[in-house]
Amino acid sequence: MPIKIVILPEKNMQPVHKAQAGTFESSDIMILIEPLDNDGDNHIELSSSVGKQFKDQINRDITELLQKYEITGARIIAKDKGALSPTIKARVETAVLRSLDKQQGTLK
Amino acid sequence: MARNALNIEIPEKLDGLGALEPYQGVWTKLQKGWMSEQTVPPAIKARMPHTSKMCDSLEEAILKCNPQDGMTVSFHHHLRSGDDILVQAMTILANMGIKDIILASSSLTSAHEPILPFIEQGIISQIYSSGIRGAIGEACARGIMKKPFVIHSHGGRVRSVQTGKIKIDLAIIAASAADEEGNATGSHGPSAFGSIGYAMIDAWYAKQVVVVTDNLVDYPCVPPSIRQNYVDYVVEVDSIGDAKKIASGTTRITKAPLDLRIAKLASEAIIHSGLFKNGISFQVGAGGASLAVAKFVREAMKKHEIVGSFLLGGVTSYGVNMLNEGLFRAIFDVQSFDAAVSQSIMNNPYHIEIGAALYANPFNCGCMINKLDIVVLGALEVDVNFNVNVITGSEGDVRGASGGHSDTAAGANLTIVVCPSFRGRLPIIKKKVNNVVTPGDSVDIVVTERGICVNPKNIELEQKLKKAGLNIKKIQDLEIEVDKITGQPDPIEHTDKVVGVIEYRDGTIIDTIKQIKE
Repeated sequence: MPIKIVILPEKNMQPVHKAQAGTFESSDIMILIEPLDNDGDNHIELSSSVGKQFKDQINRDITELLQKYEITGARIIAKDKGALSPTIKARVETAVLRSLDKQQGTLK
Repeated sequence: MARNALNIEIPEKLDGLGALEPYQGVWTKLQKGWMSEQTVPPAIKARMPHTSKMCDSLEEAILKCNPQDGMTVSFHHHLRSGDDILVQAMTILANMGIKDIILASSSLTSAHEPILPFIEQGIISQIYSSGIRGAIGEACARGIMKKPFVIHSHGGRVRSVQTGKIKIDLAIIAASAADEEGNATGSHGPSAFGSIGYAMIDAWYAKQVVVVTDNLVDYPCVPPSIRQNYVDYVVEVDSIGDAKKIASGTTRITKAPLDLRIAKLASEAIIHSGLFKNGISFQVGAGGASLAVAKFVREAMKKHEIVGSFLLGGVTSYGVNMLNEGLFRAIFDVQSFDAAVSQSIMNNPYHIEIGAALYANPFNCGCMINKLDIVVLGALEVDVNFNVNVITGSEGDVRGASGGHSDTAAGANLTIVVCPSFRGRLPIIKKKVNNVVTPGDSVDIVVTERGICVNPKNIELEQKLKKAGLNIKKIQDLEIEVDKITGQPDPIEHTDKVVGVIEYRDGTIIDTIKQIKE
């Protein structure tokens, strides 16, 4: 049996520092996450090459992931080049974990 | 409002176009053997012997043609994205204060974007073209022109000229070599571009014809692709365009794995279609997966020792190589895509330059596409009824070209559309396409990386391909599969205003393009 490592979400977490995941390549999304001073709402700034057709679905994917980790007080800058839903979720999850110091990233 | 055979609403008439005839089916208009519309007579002119046609500048030539408001000016697009003549000529007309011009170019490319201000200012008030892209395409979809634009096929354009729907007052024909009487060609010279096929009908029908060249040769210019008896004036200019963008090098086969996989599957479908035998005729597009099919077909022809009859259409150096290898006996060339092709037209008598009428006009005693066995075409979108969109993008902008798509699809025994099932996040196989250019009744199979969909009208073909072990899918199932991957895109928001129409090759209206809501 392969061992599955599960990182359990904690309650009401705010990013510790800036983090990013993803690339600007076609079919990918670049996620930048940083703590806000407000201690409350999350702000998502989305730009997408398929925004006209998919902006609601992309926002929903990002929001769901933030809710899963109960992230608060974060700014998310998302630059999408037509990533599929699983890609978006994976990139957001990685950025979140990096910002919480639970995974090594590129901006630390 | 009437509904056409695809159940698409077509207005009875539109300002600037008059009455519209709804599309009735691929063959309905052709079956009786005659065109119901009247043709108009071509202009008949007279000229005294030993008088000169030479003008000092393009401006002088245009002035001699007595330009008027509301005139129709035509061009060919054989110089592709290297063309400089269309913009030069439109700028001259604009500077003369001419307005309400109807622009009838066989297609428009990125090189033509400088005319955008003329469209915005009403100097150009209507466009007839087989393709519109880039900033001009976006502006067209926003509805900035006074009159609706018309997207026609290459074959359909000929009919439009002959029936006077496109009534050309002035044809400006760029040539890479010409003589003082107007015999002209694209097959040699520093700006060589190969076939000049789309300009032939303009030369014949236009009230006035100006040949523009950057390579005036001693009389006579050989081959005389455009003949002197149609030409009023000849101008020598420094340059007709950017030679590197007109034609350079040879076309390479894509290395993209997805395109290659689709092409391989398409070639297997061809090999097992029952049509893959001596005497086969064949046409592929110049881009991506479509051209890559030629690579696999070439290998298979060598392996099975098959010799085809002819290659048709837009011709690349890849096709020329197949001719030189003896895999095909001839090429009929209406449009050439790279520099190597020009030399072949010039030197090989079996590489035959043809006009758009012989290529694809449905109203004559038989255009070349009627003799075509297999065509491989691309697509921006395909719906579950096999209807193909090659003109409007996912955001409703005009960004493609009808070209010979619907012509060749109608003619070929086996019409293959190759496309990925989705691009980025955009589904290509959809329940409904934004716009229909080529009706599903003229499409036989759609080949994607996820399998091959056979139009249900081809029961025998489907059995053959299944027997050969190919992955055959119902197009409805593929649509659902793709939808699960990409999600359902939000629909494009349109106003009710029709900004353009898409003409089927027989002159009926197959679809309308609505204004994008901003």
